[in-house]
Amino acid sequence: MLEEIKSLRKAPEEEYYVPGHRTCAGCGPALQYRLVAKAAGPNTIFLGPTGCMYVANTSYGCGPWAVPWIHTQITNGGAVASGIEAAYKAIIRKKKTDAEFPNIIVMAGDGGSSDIGLQALSAAFYRGHNILFIAYDNESYANTGIQTSPTTPYGAWTTFSPAGPVIPEGKKLMPKDLPKMMAHGHPELKYLATASLSYPLDLMNKVRKGLNAEGPAFLYIHAPCPKGWSFPADKTIEMGKLAVETGMFQLYELHEGQYKLTYQPKEIKPVEEYIKLQGRFSHLQPEHIQKLQQFANGRLKEVGIEVSVPAQ
Amino acid sequence: MSISPNEVPFAGTVPSPKTENEGMITGSWRTRRPILDTDKCTECLICWISCPDSSIKSTTAGMEFNLKYCKGCGICNEVCPVGAISLVPELDFED
Repeated sequence: MLEEIKSLRKAPEEEYYVPGHRTCAGCGPALQYRLVAKAAGPNTIFLGPTGCMYVANTSYGCGPWAVPWIHTQITNGGAVASGIEAAYKAIIRKKKTDAEFPNIIVMAGDGGSSDIGLQALSAAFYRGHNILFIAYDNESYANTGIQTSPTTPYGAWTTFSPAGPVIPEGKKLMPKDLPKMMAHGHPELKYLATASLSYPLDLMNKVRKGLNAEGPAFLYIHAPCPKGWSFPADKTIEMGKLAVETGMFQLYELHEGQYKLTYQPKEIKPVEEYIKLQGRFSHLQPEHIQKLQQFANGRLKEVGIEVSVPAQ
Repeated sequence: MSISPNEVPFAGTVPSPKTENEGMITGSWRTRRPILDTDKCTECLICWISCPDSSIKSTTAGMEFNLKYCKGCGICNEVCPVGAISLVPELDFED
């Protein structure tokens, strides 16, 4: 049983995601990986479906994990985790090991969870394996050079959705809402939450709650990407905070079928404050920004936050 | 990083590093070096928890930067509530 972390001073000092990896300076996904590893502790197995956090961490035959780590294909993070979990249960039942059951954590990107890896994720949750599946959302396929993914927001520039004279807004589609998909279709689900790297204590405690749950747990982590979103490397934390404060991302836990907010901003800011700092939105016209505001307002209403910024 | 085929580990299995991954030393990426003003620092640990490269440590002598791996992103300077960290261009240093 992992205990709640009450303050930064009580947070574990040990690092299990050690320095020495090829991620960009100011990488959001690398920071959330470090926090997750810190919260999970030494008895952990990480699985890395293909994505930034596999490619940029394991270059040249070495990796930055002080705990066991295994690569899985981008399609089958959930399936490999199921196998590891079932094997551990079996050898513990047959008394072939005296090891404690480990924390099995899948660290999938938004492509490895909401797009290509969706079927394996859904199947593992349907069968009820005792794993923690983390989807870190940097809102694009960033390791191959910023291609659009289902969670890329409306209006964002990517190499697959460039803004031009024919399609002035860049990406035309609204993003997929993966945590809500996971929340209402999987009867065996034991814990579900969203977190942001700008709220590290909240994030680490949600990791621990997910690991303590006896069954499949899903955690969706917002992880700003300086390269993909075109903002300076030192603004990663600020960008994560602004996403929550403007309503583009909401922090909640699923509690008996209801969304329970874990952090509610005092005042919701207009989404313009968030998007004007990012190069990927620099081409947007006022009508597109309005559409994005409508999107944020809709998501806020779904989790019960009162909308204070109207969209025309 | 070229090794002979005989030295490639079975199934690509390599040992886990303990405290640092010396296969990827990133300190040379840095263009700006973080410098701490120990008089202003309150050791609130916000920079420590915000560093993506685990390159800030709290020691008995105060906060310390691990310049072997620090990529110079500047997040520590940005999140410091008392402005105790400044970023100095790497070319200003001899080493």
